[in-house]
Amino acid sequence: MENILKKALEGKRISGEEALFLYDNADLLSLGTYANILRTKKADKNQVTFVVDRNINYTNICISACKFCAFYKKPEQEGGYWITNKDLEQKIIETKELGGTQVLLQGGLHPDKKLDDYVNLLKYMKSFDIHIHGFSPPEISHISNLENISVKDVLKTLIDAGLGSIPGGGAEILVNEIREKISPNKCNADKWLDVMEQAHNLGLKTTATMMFGHIEKKEHIIEHMERLRQLQDKTKGFTAFIPWTFQPSNTKLESKTATSAEYLRVLAISRIFLDNFENIQASWVTQGSKIAQTALFFGANDLGSTMIEENVVKAANIDFRLPMEEMIRLVQTAGFEAWQRDCFYNRIKKFD
Amino acid sequence: MEPVFLDDKLKEIFEKVKKNERLSFDDGLYLYETKDLMGAAQIADFKRRSLHGDKSFFIYNQHLNYTNICRNRCLFCAYAKDYCEAGSYQYTMEDVEKELLEKIDQPVNEIHMVGGLNEGLPYGYYIDLLKTIKKVRPDVTIKAFTAVEIDHLSNISGKSVEEVIAELKENGLEMMPGGGAEVLSYRVHKKLFQRKINKDRWLEIIEKVHNAGIKTNCTMLYGHIETVEEKVQHLIYLRELQDKTNGFIAFIPLAFHSENTKLSHIKETTAFEDLKNIIVSRLLLDNIPHIKAYWVMLGEKLAQTALHFGADDLDGTILKEKITHSAGAKSAVGHAKETMIRLIEKAGMKAIERDAFYNEVKAG
Repeated sequence: MENILKKALEGKRISGEEALFLYDNADLLSLGTYANILRTKKADKNQVTFVVDRNINYTNICISACKFCAFYKKPEQEGGYWITNKDLEQKIIETKELGGTQVLLQGGLHPDKKLDDYVNLLKYMKSFDIHIHGFSPPEISHISNLENISVKDVLKTLIDAGLGSIPGGGAEILVNEIREKISPNKCNADKWLDVMEQAHNLGLKTTATMMFGHIEKKEHIIEHMERLRQLQDKTKGFTAFIPWTFQPSNTKLESKTATSAEYLRVLAISRIFLDNFENIQASWVTQGSKIAQTALFFGANDLGSTMIEENVVKAANIDFRLPMEEMIRLVQTAGFEAWQRDCFYNRIKKFD
Repeated sequence: MEPVFLDDKLKEIFEKVKKNERLSFDDGLYLYETKDLMGAAQIADFKRRSLHGDKSFFIYNQHLNYTNICRNRCLFCAYAKDYCEAGSYQYTMEDVEKELLEKIDQPVNEIHMVGGLNEGLPYGYYIDLLKTIKKVRPDVTIKAFTAVEIDHLSNISGKSVEEVIAELKENGLEMMPGGGAEVLSYRVHKKLFQRKINKDRWLEIIEKVHNAGIKTNCTMLYGHIETVEEKVQHLIYLRELQDKTNGFIAFIPLAFHSENTKLSHIKETTAFEDLKNIIVSRLLLDNIPHIKAYWVMLGEKLAQTALHFGADDLDGTILKEKITHSAGAKSAVGHAKETMIRLIEKAGMKAIERDAFYNEVKAG
């Protein structure tokens, strides 16, 4: 075990079998220690970054019906929406006022909307001059199927309309036998990777996520990371890896939430295994602020997004800055410099 | 595995720990101050594993708070009320019986009982509390009353501390929790808890308790106005007393929760701070067997993680926690035994159900 970890520390790549061996045998603290040292080598050792942005979900109508999702509405169900320009305008202006640099734009797989609708959405948003980090691979794949236009052409059209980068959502676990069980109507693992590869080839940067802690086995977690590492070797298009744990409430999957020790174990292994990823994000939304801060010592160097939207809704406009201040406090009390970044991890502003 | 350090100075401390050499005041300060959290954690984990291997303990316990009426009104407390204030209460013996009977089908091993300094309650009330618990649950271990309550009992009865302890022991008191120490510092005492006993009295009473053959825990409330020096000194006071009496079983660092207190402007402790307190206490308190990650205050997630940072105990099922929840704790009020086991096992440790004295409880 020590040999595998030392090998990683020397900058040599570890195999899937070796990663699995670590998963089974290494104690959490040793994994964290090595992940932490590698993190200081891959990313600036004094800095922890985050992005100020807002989630905008353009629709909740979705034909995918994934079992782990508590957000979607079926097309015939009540409560479905497609976002209006008025709402978009208000949300974007508010984001910019709060120092936000981008919008994370994602939505359900809507059965009727055309490529033009997405183009119009992007063009309208771009008129406010903000970076759009939008449309995960299942959405791109869905538009491509619906319109019978190649993924490449869909991507090109969206880029021309203002798409700036792609979020890594919808990856769940990149193993088809798992996806068939939890998200049978969503694009499969090969398609997900294919969309990302084509996006990278067109010059778009993307992130990659992994949702674990449901029905997957540890082998699937490693396979997921292995496939990401292979694609990253080819394209260098991933800016960050973001593992997070499945949250079982209000969904159709029966499962217990993964514990923090399991989360930190996977996070640390991802830092050790994904030698060609510079940035690894901690997930404060699923882990809470204490484990998110701890994650900064288990391989993570970024705290993701301040998520203005969630906060504005919850706090009813009263104290919207608190989450960002809290994020800065977490970073600084852990001994790091707190930096706001953009989507490409360019540093924007250091907080004192 | 051999530790790896980002901060080289930690190597010296590790060498000392390996040789079972006692750490100094300055070592304590340095451990608090180093940015190399994982380096310090590895030393604490080394110590923890040399004492307990991969065992992590928990207990099937129940909390009982007989009154929240308290004359002390410490600034960090959200639990205390004045006599007749809305929400104030004091249990009658019927109330105590009722609360115990509600959970009588559960295999509770220890009753943890503390309360406010309620001037309306006579000395005999405390004896009755013990008798009532023993009547309802003859087999349970009663871990009750802090040094603060013992001092109060001595005052209201005119009996010496030794006499009070002897009488409580006769009536069923077997162990004492470690509360009321807060920070063993005159400065903090003056600013935050003037009316409560000070450091000298706390240490004096605990020494007498130990000498009477009663084991106790010890605690430290951190995350308010205390300095790093005060924390290290606090730990050293405990270590010195332990050298004399060997009466402490476990140390519990308590993370301050400010909601509904007079110090509500103070922000929640961070994980970095929480884990540092676990690490440093494990390493400085070389003569105290157990370090507890109290899930009520740390949250379940961080308490589980802390098992790798020097802690070897998660406390227990508790069933109904009131004190920290009145100050805004986000954790559950109690947990099933299965949850305690799951947290420990998923951390890669061996779950040991224990009694109040850390003897293993055999399944059955």
